[in-house]
Amino acid sequence: MTIGSTRFAAIALLASAGLLLAACSTPSTARIVTETADPVRGTVTVLAAASLTEVYGELAARFEKLHPGVTITESFGGSSALAAQIVQGAPADILATANEATMKTVTDAGLADGTPIVYATNILTLVVPPSNPANITAVADLAKPGVKVALCDKTVPCGSAALSLLSAEKVTVTPVTLETDVKAVLTKVELDEVDAGLVYVTDAKTAGGKVRQIAVPDAANAVNRYPIVVLAGSTNKTTARAFEQFVLSTTGLNALKKAGFGAP
Amino acid sequence: MSAPAPAGGARLSAAAPTLQARFVAARGSFRVEPRLDAVAGRPLALVGPNGAGKTTVLHALAGHLAIESGSIQLGGRELAGLPPEARRVGVVFQDFLLFPHLTVADNVAYGIRMRGARRAAARAAALPWLERFDLIDLAARYPHELSGGQAQRVALARALACEPEALLLDEPMAALDVEVRDEVRAELAGHLRDFAGPTVIVTHSAADVAALAADVAVLEHGTVTQRGSWAALRKEPATPYVARLVRQQDE
Amino acid sequence: MPPSTGIRRGRGPAVVVWVIAAVALALLVLPLVAVLLSAPWPQLPALLVAPETLQALGLSVLTGAISTALCLVLGIPLAVVLARSVSWPVVPRRLLRAAVTIPLVLPPVVGGLALLLLLGRTGVLGRYLAPLGVTIPFTTGAVVIAQTFVAMPFLVFAVEGALRGADRRVELAAASLGASPWQVFRTVTLPLVAPGIAAGAVLCFARALGEFGATITFAGSYPGVTRTLPIASYLASQTDLTQSIALALVLLVVSVAVLLGLRDRWLPGVRG
Repeated sequence: MTIGSTRFAAIALLASAGLLLAACSTPSTARIVTETADPVRGTVTVLAAASLTEVYGELAARFEKLHPGVTITESFGGSSALAAQIVQGAPADILATANEATMKTVTDAGLADGTPIVYATNILTLVVPPSNPANITAVADLAKPGVKVALCDKTVPCGSAALSLLSAEKVTVTPVTLETDVKAVLTKVELDEVDAGLVYVTDAKTAGGKVRQIAVPDAANAVNRYPIVVLAGSTNKTTARAFEQFVLSTTGLNALKKAGFGAP
Repeated sequence: MSAPAPAGGARLSAAAPTLQARFVAARGSFRVEPRLDAVAGRPLALVGPNGAGKTTVLHALAGHLAIESGSIQLGGRELAGLPPEARRVGVVFQDFLLFPHLTVADNVAYGIRMRGARRAAARAAALPWLERFDLIDLAARYPHELSGGQAQRVALARALACEPEALLLDEPMAALDVEVRDEVRAELAGHLRDFAGPTVIVTHSAADVAALAADVAVLEHGTVTQRGSWAALRKEPATPYVARLVRQQDE
Repeated sequence: MPPSTGIRRGRGPAVVVWVIAAVALALLVLPLVAVLLSAPWPQLPALLVAPETLQALGLSVLTGAISTALCLVLGIPLAVVLARSVSWPVVPRRLLRAAVTIPLVLPPVVGGLALLLLLGRTGVLGRYLAPLGVTIPFTTGAVVIAQTFVAMPFLVFAVEGALRGADRRVELAAASLGASPWQVFRTVTLPLVAPGIAAGAVLCFARALGEFGATITFAGSYPGVTRTLPIASYLASQTDLTQSIALALVLLVVSVAVLLGLRDRWLPGVRG
């Protein structure tokens, strides 16, 4: 061994020793701090339906401001994909789906801590590109030949809602695509790649001027009820429950109402 | 400057084609300026030390390298400016360069096919050549299954099967094991005697010169330093290199 | 004591190298073993003949084959140019190679989005096709385009490698035997690089078969039209895991079959 490598080894040893000491010291200092600090702290992982992207993002930011020691990590996607991930063992603290059927797969597997609480509802609306290339005025127009419609796949909550809505209206539609989550449908409409899509009213709201919304009078026939639950495998149940309560609080419900969600 | 005196017994007629090359060619910064005459029936050995430019001259004669000036005449026909496929000059390469994806029979028949024959007709026309070079038993084999001596026979048969007007050989023994060289060389000498056109053999081996060639041209640093029959060179070597070469054969 | 280096003269690689190689092999092989072990063997026959499975399988194989053919037609000339580009100046040469590498470094979803922005109804080129009644997204053709886009580099680089590796001097021999440049290409160059082309085609097909992100973004997902095996498997994994595993198994079998089937055809005649 040359002198150079000896010196390097010594430095490396000292550095690792230093790191070890630092790591070991944290718990004791934390212990001292916890006695006087906020019990709501640490990281909470939330898996939420795609339609909740904007409102949950806002609520998480506000919650973190109220509790500086907290970090909320959120993952949004199709509810059935999220439920499947939890059943496969994904580490998460809270699950918020877009309908009760997808939540049921998680509760049936015994992975929920307590009973899910329904706190909001969502109905569908028709969206078209701003130029409305196919001159859509009502749901019945979706059945006209040559009209390109994007829908969610039936395995996803917005897809099953779309199917109930269409059958209630007695309209047969052949979509050009069955997407895996509602945001994908919205994107296709925003890009003017399809003539129309069925998305939630909340999605139409977030899209703003990028799409034109056409109200569906009987949309209330297909309502999605949104449940939330803390998961049995959560490693931070205190903070998870606190966030759940925040969503269910007046603040949370107001934010949901502002985003376009309905009351349960 | 006069043409070499024909050795006793050589049959020369005015109709026998000759290969006359006087040109300037360059590869990179290296220039060659040979003056060669190869007479039909008297194979010409092009000798010289490594780096003299022998391969460059061969490539120029074959058409793989364009010459800058001068001419290459074959039987009165000007070859300079013609692509290799139009020159009717057969080449046996140092590594033989047999087509690895074709059988021996198809290798030999290749030149005949390129002249327009269908595959079956070409194979039939190649048969006598396979016989002459004792390749019938190997006809269905692939090049990677052949020994060095066998591969050389195939390369020669392939080159001769399309009846070229001249033949070039590049270091014919170099790719063979030392033990088989003498035997193969003797065989090759026989085949060359049967070829009606002018032959140029590039080599640095005195044994090759003695067994295969009648005339010699010595290339040193890109130019020819001595020309004549092998007997004449042996009697009066003009440069130290020639003297060493002659001594090599005597050893 | 002999020094323990990675390679020892005359004794093969050291134990450490074997161990790490075994771990690497395990990483590649064990997931497949897990699929085989988790497969719902008793229900497999019924799952395999289900309409969703057959539809997705037929679509994947059809589009994969067409994409591979397209990659061959477009990719071989590109490979020839790429192989010859060694004599170009540095900048154009590097740019060409970078362009061919694009689909390899681009995340597939980004690739799909890019295709949409180019060929979509309001896309840079697509907007001129729309008035003619030609729309590409949501068609099986879009699946082929997406697959060709992601799989092309595999073919181009494989063929380029074969072109560079072949001993081109045999082309000189062919010319001396009277072959014109086109004849040389057809009878000598192409057969010599054929094994490389075959290998490239196999890789190309396998990549096209497995393409997900670009397809779903550009072509969408509709059974029988654009829902290929990977997309069907993904959707099934959210609700019916056994169906998903069955579809994954089908993908596996098709890929292995192609790999084995092609290798034999190109073995005779050319060594190695």
